[in-house]
Amino acid sequence: MSVINSDTTILEKEPERAATSRPASLARRIGGLSDRAIAWLFITPTIALLLAINIFPLIWAVRLSFTNYRANRPNAVVESVGLQNYQRVLTDSDIWIAMQTTAHFVFWTIVLQTLIGFSLAYLIDRKFRGHAFWTTVILIPMMLSPAVVGNFWRFLYQPQIGLFNYIVSYVTGVPPSSFEMLGSVSLAPWSIIIVDTWMWTPYVMLICLAGLRSIPDYIYEAAEVDRASAWRQFWSITIPMALPFIMLAVLFRGIENFKMFDMVMLLTGGGPGSTTEVASITLKREAFESWRTGRASAFAIILFVAVFGLANIYVKALNRVKQR
Amino acid sequence: MTVQSEPIKRKRRPFFLRRGPMENIATALIALGFLMLFQPFALVFYTWSLVTLLAGTVMFIVVSKFPE
Repeated sequence: MSVINSDTTILEKEPERAATSRPASLARRIGGLSDRAIAWLFITPTIALLLAINIFPLIWAVRLSFTNYRANRPNAVVESVGLQNYQRVLTDSDIWIAMQTTAHFVFWTIVLQTLIGFSLAYLIDRKFRGHAFWTTVILIPMMLSPAVVGNFWRFLYQPQIGLFNYIVSYVTGVPPSSFEMLGSVSLAPWSIIIVDTWMWTPYVMLICLAGLRSIPDYIYEAAEVDRASAWRQFWSITIPMALPFIMLAVLFRGIENFKMFDMVMLLTGGGPGSTTEVASITLKREAFESWRTGRASAFAIILFVAVFGLANIYVKALNRVKQR
Repeated sequence: MTVQSEPIKRKRRPFFLRRGPMENIATALIALGFLMLFQPFALVFYTWSLVTLLAGTVMFIVVSKFPE
């Protein structure tokens, strides 16, 4: 009995002892280094990698943008050309048109993805039977590789055998081989917008769903007590409270779509002509087809400044919405 | 005898050192530069878009460090 009693006492005292005892400093165990030094030791590889992969290329691109460097002539003398590269990029009408194509693409993808993504999130949030299954099904396109999606949609857009043309034909009555999504000047930009919307709407939906789930039920209950209609609840509770999340989704997709390259390259390669030549395709052509590395660097820096500036005002707007 | 403490009058910072209005000006410059970069109307706006954008962005970075 006494043994049991003493064991019980030990067991009872163990958590107490563990709580009051001070853990031996990690520094004493690792070769006399201070805790601060150990922390630095752990984060140094990450910082070094970040500097090597992100910061150094950025600084290098800034430097190259003021020179006449060509990557296909590494042994040629590199001369400083001042602001000439920037001047050329900013007076080139082809690049200006590529910027307009990019703006068109970014605008419509964001509008469609936000509208469809939020609507889907609103429906999924209703918690109907099998909503978890449908959430997973909706998320599948986002999980696929852009290379797979690009090839997959090229088959779907085939005028002779493509399923997309057959569905459009079934709905509208026009013959399936009478139009070519990727080969038509007027339809090609929309074919890319459709694919990007199909692939990335689930991402917007996921962020919006997180926003909708974060709204406490008691707010809706209070609105019900005040006899607020469903329409009124949607505009006065749901939208204002989910707005920071919607804005965050728009920011992420906006930045990503300005850099859009893979999908456009796989689907149209910038064609037909240059109707789908977005800024990143023009940039690639300047850098790796014309081999004007200096000018391509200047163009890349201009795009960077544009996205960075936009992100600044967007974060400011987001903070204002959060403070409300 | 009661001593009534007078509220300390703080000297108001000059306009160009106030965070709120300067941040708004910087934001307007960035937005203007962004529109100029992507607009389809005149090449001259596109040409001057980087200067406007850069001015706005640098200004925003500087003035966002000012106290409220």
